[in-house]
Amino acid sequence: MYGTGLAKGLMLTLRHFVESYVDDVRYGFRKYHHSTDNFGIRQGTKTKGVITVQYPDEKIAVPERFRFVPFLIIEDEDHPTRAGKDWCTSCGICAKVCPPQCIWIVRGNDPDTGRPVPEPEAFFIDIDICMNCGFCAEYCPFDAIKMDHDYELASYDRTTHHIHDKERLSKPNSYWRSIAPTRAYDEMLVRGTWEHKDAAKEARRGAASARGSAPQPAAQTEAETASAPAAAAEAPAATSEATAASAEGATPWSEDEAKREERRRKALERKAKRAARRGQ
Amino acid sequence: MVAPALDPEVQTNSTTIEGAIDYLVSARPDAVSPDSRDGYEGIIVAAGQLLEIARMIRDDLGFDYLSSATAVDYLGEGDHMEMVYHAYRTSGGGALVFKAQTDREQAEIPSLTSVWRGADFQEREAWDLYGIRFAGHPNLKRILMWEGFHGHPMRKDWREAYYEEEQKPFDSRWPGGHVHRSEEKNVFGKNVAYPPDIDLGRLMDTSETAVYQSLGLGVDVERIMDKDGFETNELVVNMGPHHPSTHGVFRMVLTVDGETVTSLAPVMGYLHRNHEKIGERNTYLHNIPFTDRLDYISSMGNNHGYVLAVEQLMSLGRRYNEPTYRCEALRVMMVELSRIVNHLWAIGFWLNDIGAFFTPVLYFIQERERILDFFEAVAGSRMMCNYMRFGGLFGDLPERIKSVSNLTNDRVRDYNTMQFLTEMINERIPRTIDELELLLTQNEILIERSMGVGVLSRDDAINFSAAGPLLRGSGVAYDIRRAEPYSIYPELDFDVAVEDEGDMYARYRVRVTELRESVRILRQILPRLEATKGESIWADGKPGAYAPRVPLGEAYGRVENGKGELGYYIVSAGGRNGSMNPWRYHVRAPSFINLTPMGVMCHGHKVADIVGILGSIDIVLGETDR
Repeated sequence: MYGTGLAKGLMLTLRHFVESYVDDVRYGFRKYHHSTDNFGIRQGTKTKGVITVQYPDEKIAVPERFRFVPFLIIEDEDHPTRAGKDWCTSCGICAKVCPPQCIWIVRGNDPDTGRPVPEPEAFFIDIDICMNCGFCAEYCPFDAIKMDHDYELASYDRTTHHIHDKERLSKPNSYWRSIAPTRAYDEMLVRGTWEHKDAAKEARRGAASARGSAPQPAAQTEAETASAPAAAAEAPAATSEATAASAEGATPWSEDEAKREERRRKALERKAKRAARRGQ
Repeated sequence: MVAPALDPEVQTNSTTIEGAIDYLVSARPDAVSPDSRDGYEGIIVAAGQLLEIARMIRDDLGFDYLSSATAVDYLGEGDHMEMVYHAYRTSGGGALVFKAQTDREQAEIPSLTSVWRGADFQEREAWDLYGIRFAGHPNLKRILMWEGFHGHPMRKDWREAYYEEEQKPFDSRWPGGHVHRSEEKNVFGKNVAYPPDIDLGRLMDTSETAVYQSLGLGVDVERIMDKDGFETNELVVNMGPHHPSTHGVFRMVLTVDGETVTSLAPVMGYLHRNHEKIGERNTYLHNIPFTDRLDYISSMGNNHGYVLAVEQLMSLGRRYNEPTYRCEALRVMMVELSRIVNHLWAIGFWLNDIGAFFTPVLYFIQERERILDFFEAVAGSRMMCNYMRFGGLFGDLPERIKSVSNLTNDRVRDYNTMQFLTEMINERIPRTIDELELLLTQNEILIERSMGVGVLSRDDAINFSAAGPLLRGSGVAYDIRRAEPYSIYPELDFDVAVEDEGDMYARYRVRVTELRESVRILRQILPRLEATKGESIWADGKPGAYAPRVPLGEAYGRVENGKGELGYYIVSAGGRNGSMNPWRYHVRAPSFINLTPMGVMCHGHKVADIVGILGSIDIVLGETDR
């Protein structure tokens, strides 16, 4: 009969209309209340009817692999030896793989010797140009640049706010581990340590030399500082850990709070000095 | 001239590509020679005999479908221009690649529009971007740039405003990088070289005649305007560029007699950014995220085509490993999910175009949201997926589709990935397709609006190089997944959707069938993913290099994308001109070429139907204008 197809279609529309209320009743009208569970129902795979997210009153948390404008990883402030130090070694691979070429790096030079140091003097990303492809993070051999989850970057002036400098870009390692725990763990497995690649290498080297010349005090301090990162490292550094601990007796992680505080202060001083030198 | 009669013995051999080449070379040794350059295939035809040879290729050898026609500028590599044509048989099989060379300064090649009308827009593009004149072309006007633009931007010696360097990565970025905005250094972009004789005033001419004469409509606007009094019954109507029905910045200039359309010319290029020039500056790797921006509805498919083309080239060299089985299965799954997204989107917005405003499309894109959530969790972005790599992928499936809360008011979702996929593929998507059919297929209003409207005949569809649902809706069972299979499609069980009517409704039916076939493919992919769980997505277990070695040669990688045949023609200059950058990077865009028969399809219909016909072709302007 003419018109049945049309009527069936309209019934579907009606069904959608009714279903949204049936679904509400089924979950006791709590679908729209602010709580993660209720949100899970509304946005879940089984829901029918209204699924709208009331942005900005509520937001969908982004998945771990979500990528937005990159940031640089620096060592946490409470890191025993490398507090505030960049993970970036200014190797320049991110600038090379960047499709729209939005990354500028100035390589740092040692002021005394004039030789390049593995640390960027300056680091800029023009976020107006950045296309959020994630290549920089993907190809960084030191896991030093990562894609952020913070997508609310609107500002009133593009000329002053949209070129992110090193200060703006730097975020502590703990931040990365909080926004992407699984990925941070996977990266650790590839690196073999929770620490920066170079730090772990230094630690191994330090431990080896400590084993060779244990009685000398100079070597002892070296072993002490170097074995700190190895503490967090799992299997690869286990032997060096044991050696360092037996050589000195007191390990950095069993140090008292005051001593650790002192070390942290010194590290920050060194960092400030470097910054001042750069400013001149 | 009559083509020489085909020797029956040769004919049997000429079913293969090699046989066809042998036949052409032996039949016309004066005009045809095999392309013997390293890494190249096909034949080189003397430009003077091109038309004749093209007729032989179409009529005698049966290559009735001209897929792609594009130009290459070999400046410094022989200093000539070259037109490259890829012709296929609609019965399936590989390409017969034929080329014609011409001088750079006096570039002229006979037009093939009389053999394949599908060459029309592609030759106009080659004229626009390369400055090759096509003798015999009915309307050789610029198509992407505006009439009056000086120079031909794809030529290797042409430089744009804010020109920085020929190839990326730019030296200024590292080491000793410096921050600058090009427009601050160079406020008006004045590093473009204008020759002294250019008449910039010509660009300011906005008179009716100047605006319309370049469209080749064959309408004299002045004459229509000057008719006396109200007796005028022929009118020029501009639809677009800012018109909601055109799906972007796209303009159609119609001449109407009352409500009936007497001629139509599509005008495009408003979104033109010279994607191909950018692509030639980029390294091979850089291009992957750029392909996302072509047809932004199905970026996974765009990635796939490009990656296939570069892999074809890389496989000629050493140190290349085929992608693993799991990688291929994941690729196919992503591409089929994109196809579902694409068709849901296409049908939904086509309904918007013919008047069912937003109710159907919102039902469909509710399911699209799920698929995009999945893309976001796997690839990192909902639409700009940037997922595929040469010989692998960005990453394997995550264990869980889980969000991490770090902003205020964040709401967290957490599903097991395989469970989510299984539920989506086995229940949610089929349910949505059922709803879609219930809502539309038998709907009398829809049937009356779309049946018999915008008809494209079978022969026209082939001759106009139409692709995708537009071609299959006209009774040609041509699907690249079957005609020239790639990836793991040969072992998958699915049917090619085809309808004979050639009207809007037939295209709708083709899309619905393809949705169901995609679900059928996805159901076969799921057990394959379970079986290969734990297998690496990279052949040697570790991710590919950022600067892969791409040997000398050419490659044409094509995939069946949601909108039709998406092809990438890539020429590598090997290590000679920057090993990391392609010498030529061309996109055979289905959205662009499918517009060629638009004028024919719209002739005689009412203005309100034009909007629906455009919607049923399904274009995305990011791909049309490139």
